Amino acid sequence: MKGVRVRGNLRKFILPFAAVAICVAAGTAGGAVKAGGTLVFAGAADPTYLDPALVSDGESFRVTEQIDEGLIGLKPGTTKIVPKLATKWKLTGGGRTWTFFLRHGVKFHDGTPFNAKAVCYNFNRWYNWSGAFQNAGASYYYQSIYGGFHHNEASGLSAPLYRSCSAVGKYKAVIRLTRRSGTFFPSLVISSFAMQSPTALKKYGADQGEIKNGTFTATGSYALSHPTGTGPFKFKSWTVGQKLELVKNTHYWGVKPKLDRLIIQPIGTTTGRLQALQSGAVNAYDLAAPQDVPTIDSSSGLKVIHRPAFNVAYVTINQAHKPFDDLRVRQAVAYGLDRASVVKQFYYGTGKVAQEFIPPSLFGWTNKVPKYPFNPDKAKSLLRAAGLTLPVTVNFWYPTSVSRPYMPDPKRNFEAFAASLDQSGFKVVPHSAPWRPDYVAAVNAGTAGDLNMIGWTGDYGDPDNFVGTFFKTYSPQFGFHNNAIFNILTRAANEPNFAKRVKLYQQANIMIMKFLPAVPYAHATPALAAQSKVKNLIATPVGGVWFQFTGFGGQ
Amino acid sequence: MLRYIVRRLLLLIPILLGVSILVFFWTKSLPGGPVQALLGERANARLVAQYNQQYGFNKPLPVQYWSYLKTTLGGNLGTSIVDHRAITSEIRLRFPATIELALAAMIFAVGAGLPLGFFAAKRHGGIFDQTTLIGSLLGISIPVFFLAVILKFIFAVKLGWLPSVGRIDVTVEAKHPTNFYVLDAIIERDWSTLWDVVKHLILPAIALGSIPLAVVTRITRAAVLDVQNEDYVRTARAKGLPPHTVDQRHVLRNALLPISTIIGLQTGLLLSGAVLTETVFAYPGMGSWLRDAIFNRDYPVLQGGILFLAIVFVMVNLIVDVSYAIINPRIRYS
Repeated sequence: MKGVRVRGNLRKFILPFAAVAICVAAGTAGGAVKAGGTLVFAGAADPTYLDPALVSDGESFRVTEQIDEGLIGLKPGTTKIVPKLATKWKLTGGGRTWTFFLRHGVKFHDGTPFNAKAVCYNFNRWYNWSGAFQNAGASYYYQSIYGGFHHNEASGLSAPLYRSCSAVGKYKAVIRLTRRSGTFFPSLVISSFAMQSPTALKKYGADQGEIKNGTFTATGSYALSHPTGTGPFKFKSWTVGQKLELVKNTHYWGVKPKLDRLIIQPIGTTTGRLQALQSGAVNAYDLAAPQDVPTIDSSSGLKVIHRPAFNVAYVTINQAHKPFDDLRVRQAVAYGLDRASVVKQFYYGTGKVAQEFIPPSLFGWTNKVPKYPFNPDKAKSLLRAAGLTLPVTVNFWYPTSVSRPYMPDPKRNFEAFAASLDQSGFKVVPHSAPWRPDYVAAVNAGTAGDLNMIGWTGDYGDPDNFVGTFFKTYSPQFGFHNNAIFNILTRAANEPNFAKRVKLYQQANIMIMKFLPAVPYAHATPALAAQSKVKNLIATPVGGVWFQFTGFGGQ
Repeated sequence: MLRYIVRRLLLLIPILLGVSILVFFWTKSLPGGPVQALLGERANARLVAQYNQQYGFNKPLPVQYWSYLKTTLGGNLGTSIVDHRAITSEIRLRFPATIELALAAMIFAVGAGLPLGFFAAKRHGGIFDQTTLIGSLLGISIPVFFLAVILKFIFAVKLGWLPSVGRIDVTVEAKHPTNFYVLDAIIERDWSTLWDVVKHLILPAIALGSIPLAVVTRITRAAVLDVQNEDYVRTARAKGLPPHTVDQRHVLRNALLPISTIIGLQTGLLLSGAVLTETVFAYPGMGSWLRDAIFNRDYPVLQGGILFLAIVFVMVNLIVDVSYAIINPRIRYS
């Protein structure tokens, strides 16, 4: 709690410092950034909806993050929580009551004021959703963090985390929870929990929706053509399949955007996006294929922007299969995987060897975890110590028809791993399956061999979204019961004191890497590509892009 | 004629019912389902079960089909599982784009194929004829996808003459009352937008039109060769009619019948070719939409989109059949 409060109080120093630092960077990196202009940015697809509460995909968030803001946010390019619409906050009531002190003088894009009533309206809106809005396709993130609703209508929904919100005066919102939660606060950075104008939400039917053929459909016009937040850009128009246009919010409370217009164009293939950049049809694009990075880097007038790593690729070890229930065998696997050479050869400079399951940019990461450098001799001796005859047969699965941000080339990764394991006393029996949907289903069901390759991209800046997702309870994927690990991760997830949480996750990471339920092998830094004249395009670790400071400058 | 058209339209009912059954069970036979595709790494057993229950995918297939048929008959093609958009409104946006592209491709194919085939036949056995034959063989053999990539690389990326993606420059602000952008630009008398839209059509139309071009060229050549040796052509020449009159009134008119059949069939095939072309050029039509739906196992989009295209295909063929009677008055439908 203390830690969190201090971070809130530092707002006066952090925000101006960040703004100045960015301006300095802008001024030195290739000349000054000119005000004005239109930036065309290519994504991979259209957004789903423009109401962030109803979406869970990166294409939608890329847009909603420009229009809407939450009570707290992330420092540009990092996972550090900084004030946004709340300037400070405190936790009381035995870890169940959060008080947010709100920024004064902020207005929504429709001119209505942002205040404590608006905050409570947004929280109550989510909490009181009924009918179609309780469909997991409509409220994925609400259900992930808050569990259930005021009146749960479907079986399987848990008791809600949220209890109530009260506005104390204009600028103080008090939110009460039903239980202690470590994830409530950091998850507020997810765009789904951004503040939207109550007037616009009501006027344009944001809470009108239905299930058609089993699928949630928003029937009001809010989510398609009237998103109204407080962010640096305002919505202008959306032609599905072609473009979504945002314009500068000239009344923005913070540093006003440089760009006059921001156009997001959907281009479905990586080659299509690359060629659109090369031909000048777009100024920048997201999700560059790792194999295109050298081409972009060597092209004059183009540049690569690396998104800080916020993912992990790992090799699952299924302990339900003998002899992998023996720690020595799992250690042999870890020593037998040549992770450094895989990252060097197949990530084209966009990856780092992972030593634990959370990326270094996230709190809870520690350098004190046991390390397992490639060592075939050690692997063999561990296998012999476990009483096994070499070579030990291992069924190793990898996915086909896929490239994930954390695992751009699964087949080659697998081949290299198989070769290094073969050197280390194992005999690899290869298995493959198409990623969608056979492979993922088999991994989740625990039927994808003794070892398999998979990974994860974080949704928000909290370790619970990494290690908590993998190891907090029993999972057929890993096939182990370890109450010490389950307990520490549950405690850490429910601990609202930030400093204590950091320590708990550091301890948990050490325990996990000693126990070795899987071997993490890479944190990838996904690439964006842009024309050299595009300045201050900041990629956030959690998948978003900051356009607030972006503009055009010299080559 | 009217009775014939009505009968053909009535035949649509069993055809569409058959198509709906085929499409429904084909999509269901694809490995996995939309839930796994949607959730990816997040597809744990609890979420998959919850989604399947909410979407009704855990019901028996005949029950699912009956529910699908009922809503479809009510004029509701459903909603995409992935982007939650109504399929009918998506078709309203995307179909004009594909039609515009298919028409442009067909104009290119017929505009170039007819004269090429005609002159090749006229110079039968000569260099022009041989070159045309080889060219049309290449046109049929080169995959549309490959040609599209090559054209794009040369004319958009390297030379920068033509746009590489989309239907219109995204920075252009234009009104689209009909969603047929060429038509819209003409209605609005916005000539710079018209030129921009046409520029965006050129490369995809050439790529998509390459196979029909080759086919039209070969069929025209064969038909002209056939017709120009007919008795009535010889008689016309013997009467002393000028050669261009003979070609126009007797040779071309009679050669048009097989050509029109081919044009009709190729128009239908263009819709399938559009899947690849639209993907390469990020052209927002039906093709790229269906391609994404296949990858996402988006059942409602696949079922609704393919059913709609089946109706279009059948209607195109009906129009072709009716056009026979106009081109050749000897044909009578009973």
